[in-house]
Amino acid sequence: MLTDADIAALLITLKLAGLTTLILLFIGTPLAWWLARTRWRGKPAIEALVALPLVLPPTVLGFYLLVLLGANGPLGEHSLAFTFTGLVIGSVFYSLPFVVQPLQGAFAAVNRGYLEAAATLRASPRDTFFSVVVPLARPGFLTATVLGFAHTVGEFGVVLMIGGNIPGSTQVLSIAIYEHVENLEYARAHWISGGLLLLSFVLLLMVYGLNRRFKVVGP
Amino acid sequence: MSLEVCLRLSRGDFALAVEACLPARGVTAIFGPSGCGKTTLLRAIAGLEPQVHGRLRLGDETWQDEGYCLPPHQRPVGYVFQHAVLFPHLSVRGNLDFARRRSGDGPGPGFDEVVELAGIGHLLSRSTPNLSGGERQRVALARALLTAPRLLLLDEPLAALDRQAKAELMPCLERLHESLSIPVLYVSHAIDEVARLADQLLLLADGRVEASGPLVEMLTRLDLTLAGSEEALAVIEATVSAIDTDYHLTRLAFAGGGEGRELWLPGDRLPVGRKVRLAVHARDVSLTLQPPRQSSILNIIPVQVDALSPSGPAQTLVRLRADEVPLLARVTRKSEAALNLRPGQALFAQVKSVSLVE
Repeated sequence: MLTDADIAALLITLKLAGLTTLILLFIGTPLAWWLARTRWRGKPAIEALVALPLVLPPTVLGFYLLVLLGANGPLGEHSLAFTFTGLVIGSVFYSLPFVVQPLQGAFAAVNRGYLEAAATLRASPRDTFFSVVVPLARPGFLTATVLGFAHTVGEFGVVLMIGGNIPGSTQVLSIAIYEHVENLEYARAHWISGGLLLLSFVLLLMVYGLNRRFKVVGP
Repeated sequence: MSLEVCLRLSRGDFALAVEACLPARGVTAIFGPSGCGKTTLLRAIAGLEPQVHGRLRLGDETWQDEGYCLPPHQRPVGYVFQHAVLFPHLSVRGNLDFARRRSGDGPGPGFDEVVELAGIGHLLSRSTPNLSGGERQRVALARALLTAPRLLLLDEPLAALDRQAKAELMPCLERLHESLSIPVLYVSHAIDEVARLADQLLLLADGRVEASGPLVEMLTRLDLTLAGSEEALAVIEATVSAIDTDYHLTRLAFAGGGEGRELWLPGDRLPVGRKVRLAVHARDVSLTLQPPRQSSILNIIPVQVDALSPSGPAQTLVRLRADEVPLLARVTRKSEAALNLRPGQALFAQVKSVSLVE
């Protein structure tokens, strides 16, 4: 079944995905709210930048991050390449659209009338955001959290480029599978692949199932 | 105390330029045709129109001035939107608590009082998406009152409702009028609602104030569009003075009562002493120089001609006064000539139909 190295890879994967999702929710929520509300002319450029990781080969993103974070980059001897921190930074870029886009969609769907009603009921803009917008956009938060997490679990190219493959430090499950296959250890590759397949399916099932139950009816 | 409004806004080919000083008591109806800027004015007063310029003061509190604008959540207004806009993620009680928790310590009506006034005690645990239109509006009204507003803004709360729902909400608005001392601005384009609820009237046309003043006077001003309409009517404030149980009639005294200052109305349900509003349509009033001795018409009032105004090619609109109470009569130009009608003339108004405003 799973070796110690596989379990270490599992823990690193979960830690990476959890931390990345948390950071993305903090960064993505204000960004998505701004994108959903702004009438600034430069908005499409920001949206395109956010969506880039959807279409870019992960190796391209990984390459630039390696250049930026590596020993020959601006960080010099504080290089973050081949460290867990470097992996987190890479994952945040890589999974950004999977968190921002569902949130932006959910925020845009919140009827302006609710915000005005809240204002006439003495709620400040900040109060309105937390007591009206967040609950109404709950399906968006759920989708964003699960997609951000699941997508980070499945990342490969970026990790390989900037994280390398250091067992116990930067080796994640997807790379462990790759290594098992390289070494013709198909049985072990099966265990991890099957596990990831099941996990991904369960996570998505949760999103679709819960979003149906939380469906918010408009006026 | 008064509400001083001097607001300007231009948006595309629509411009709002309203200058008015409204008494901050009772119900002031903002009346006018669709698209004249009624709702925009109400939203501007609540602070919901960011592009508006000018001055706005309630009593000695400035809400807006050049270079100063109080954000909407700091203005002590209660706002009832045309479509209620209840929060769908909260129950009825949750919606009410949302307002109550943010109302501060200002003196306002209590929770139980408001719930009773709106008649929503049985709805508190319901979820809002399943309420009927009338129920939603009553909850929205209660929610607005729980913010302890110093000014209540109602944006056509009856417009989106069917007859049944209107009949539920109307008494609730009347109780509000009677029991709370909060001044109300009420946007409407239905003259019957206005006749029933309003004390003052602000007439808007094309984003400008056409006229403003007490309801009873405004309805009968011959220079305004109201009196020119087919539905032209006068409103009389009266008190139930007696019930005739034999004939099932109610006697109503107006303008202090006494000789010729009474009207009879079919029905005997109202208690003596109740104050009511009566509507007398211009088309239901005819004029005669002599009091008829034998007539089926019960309501004959001695009046004076106040002013005349042509109403189409064949008719004339006549404003009458019974003491201080104005009335309207629509007569043919032929009758005007036959009776030789002129201002100051004393004659008798025969009222074919009086209705309670309800």
